[in-house]
Amino acid sequence: MPDFQIKKTQKAYDVCIVGSGAGGGMAAYVLANAGIKVVLLEAGPLYDPAKNVTQLKWPWESPRRGASTPLRHFGDFDAAYGGWDLEGEPYTHKDNTKFDWFRARMVGGRTNHWGRISLRFGPKDFKRKSIDGLGDDWPIGYDDVAPYYDKIDQLIGVFGSKENLPNDPDSIYLPPPKPRLHEMFIKDAGTALNIPVIPSRLSILTKPVNKERGSCFYCHQCGRGCTVYADFSSSSVLVKPAIATGNVDIIPNAMVREVLTNDEGKATGVSFVNKEDMQEYSVTAKIVILAASACESSRLLLNSKSSRFPNGLANSSGIIGKYLHDSTGASMGAILPHLVGRKRYNEDGVGGMHVYTPWWLDNKNLDFARGYHIEYGGGMNMPGYGFGFGMQNTNGKYPGRDGKQKEAGGYGASLKDDYRYFYGASIGMSGRGEAIAREDNYCEIDPTTVDKYGIPVLRFHYKWSEHEVKQAKHMKETFREIIHKMGGVVTYGGNDGPENDYGLLAPGRIIHEVGTTRMGNDPKKSAVNKFNQAHDCKNLFVVDGGAFVSQADKNPTWTILALSMRTSEYILDELKKQNIG
Amino acid sequence: MDRRKYLKTMAVGAVGTGVLLQSCAPATPEQVAAAPATFTIDRTPAELEREQRLQREKFFDEHEMKTISILADIIIPKDSISGSASDAGVPAFIEFIAKDMPHYQIPLRGGLKWLDIQCMNRYTVDFASCTPEQQLEMVDEIAFPEKAKPALQQGVAFFNTMRDLTACGFFTSEIGIKDLGYLGNRPNQWDGVPQDVLDQYKLKYDDRTLEISVKFDA
Repeated sequence: MPDFQIKKTQKAYDVCIVGSGAGGGMAAYVLANAGIKVVLLEAGPLYDPAKNVTQLKWPWESPRRGASTPLRHFGDFDAAYGGWDLEGEPYTHKDNTKFDWFRARMVGGRTNHWGRISLRFGPKDFKRKSIDGLGDDWPIGYDDVAPYYDKIDQLIGVFGSKENLPNDPDSIYLPPPKPRLHEMFIKDAGTALNIPVIPSRLSILTKPVNKERGSCFYCHQCGRGCTVYADFSSSSVLVKPAIATGNVDIIPNAMVREVLTNDEGKATGVSFVNKEDMQEYSVTAKIVILAASACESSRLLLNSKSSRFPNGLANSSGIIGKYLHDSTGASMGAILPHLVGRKRYNEDGVGGMHVYTPWWLDNKNLDFARGYHIEYGGGMNMPGYGFGFGMQNTNGKYPGRDGKQKEAGGYGASLKDDYRYFYGASIGMSGRGEAIAREDNYCEIDPTTVDKYGIPVLRFHYKWSEHEVKQAKHMKETFREIIHKMGGVVTYGGNDGPENDYGLLAPGRIIHEVGTTRMGNDPKKSAVNKFNQAHDCKNLFVVDGGAFVSQADKNPTWTILALSMRTSEYILDELKKQNIG
Repeated sequence: MDRRKYLKTMAVGAVGTGVLLQSCAPATPEQVAAAPATFTIDRTPAELEREQRLQREKFFDEHEMKTISILADIIIPKDSISGSASDAGVPAFIEFIAKDMPHYQIPLRGGLKWLDIQCMNRYTVDFASCTPEQQLEMVDEIAFPEKAKPALQQGVAFFNTMRDLTACGFFTSEIGIKDLGYLGNRPNQWDGVPQDVLDQYKLKYDDRTLEISVKFDA
């Protein structure tokens, strides 16, 4: 027997799904419930927030008090394994540009720790080129997606309020939680400035939606995963019930190497390395669905080369990897002097903000093309690593409890009391904006580098344009206005200027990267059609953020879910008609 | 799941808190391999391996630990509300952080050495061997960044780091959380800001907010 061989699984599946996050989880859920035999491959381990618990733990249960580690970049209590760098799985950059790629290898992927901000794209978000001439229009419009938004609202649950805004369509909402104290101040300031501050829209259950999931008990810890499944993560809300149908075989720790094709150019399955035994395997299926994340699915397609597909699978257009774009991000923080020495009560609330600001201006009157929304933070949060850092920058600036101004820094009983005094008096705000999808922002295969599995890695090339930089400048001006109106004093993010693009974070940092296998009607300018089906390979689909033509000033997850459901129903229909499979 | 039932379950679950680190004594490879998970939070196999490696390591020597303890208790002393930094285990926390985040190692070790040399020059003994009065005299020179002498800025930087780590270690400990009065991390029903707090800030929820927001059974 040779030392090295590829083991084939005997079982033939209808559908093979690569990746178990929002897109893959939804496809598995819809298809399995329709009786389709599915094999679900996930590059990380099994994960269930009810079993892998960090919720309701105290800071001292982590020796580093919840700080970041190389294995869990968002900290010890966060539900996402992994981060910007994974051991043995590098990525590279071209021309000294920057792109930070966050990967969470585990069942449910990044949905285990995401912000649960569940925003529908609006009618304009699908047709931006028609409005400002930049990027491209989607081949579909809001009306094509709306029925699926309706379905996922009801299947998954989202709270919010009906506002009838033109480009921020309402969902079918559960009731929102009341604003916290600092959020009431923010709302008053916003109202005075004509900046809307409305209830946030988060996929957290303020009321139960079914018997399998509990409702929120207001611990503010959605990022840790919820033991009663009161928030949306693909692992608990989609993958778990999909497996319960008996129609899904899940293979964890399966790092997919390639999509396999036959002489006719049809996908026949995938090959993968099992990370536990480091052996090579393959599975066969009538249909292959990629949902490994925008960049990972692109990498997989580009690495699936054959004589028939020399540029990689589904890439006759040469477009795969191009039009990569992430949301923009910039922040500012402040202290509200009227909140010092505040009365204590439990104000944890849901995991995240109770109010937010949707984009409220018309870009026609501005010097940048696309909008942003604002997320707010603050309150009497559970202390963790970093608590109290930099007190010397605060305690010399304001009169203390006795009304006297102190010397900055210090030590002893007086210092000890400062931490109590300033606790809960800080707020923060972050803009999350739409970037322009551009052909020259891309990921491609690095010709010289492989990861520890021998799989060629991605190389990124990304530069912000003037539109994103000017948008960040506008964010900062807005933040300063809101803080000023509240009587706050800026504590961070106030010194950014043209020299650092106004604090605009590196691309990838907001973890909304999309666009690398974009959809379109023209096979020369897009990788998949309007049903997320590869133009070049009819039994191959991509249901992650890769199919987005443009990111909106919204978070992508709700749209990934809606489009994945839409694609899955299309697959069921095509199977019925015997057009594929 | 029945809401009341799981609230009750969660309440019980939230009370128990486990032992964090079992022992700092060096372990043999066999012991490590067989060691049960001492963590009460989710750890992947790779994380457990890393935690066990960190537990086996030791960074600061006895003299350094003694100095860290004195400084930590000068920064956060016992007062009428709660115990001191060392009561809250801050020196062990700082030792752990130095191992976990190697970028702290040189600033801390070097800063401790800087402090000892300063004290040797001033008082002919190291910081830990100084009288409490001498120790405070020295600390006064580096604890106030805006009035410290330019020649002592390295000491200011070191003391800022010590202040950060001490306060963070203290207020994330059981003693510190209680002192701070943080009342969350337990099942709750968030029904808005308490009325007396609204009154204090002369605020009220508008009618629409009251109408649309989630309501709870009395």
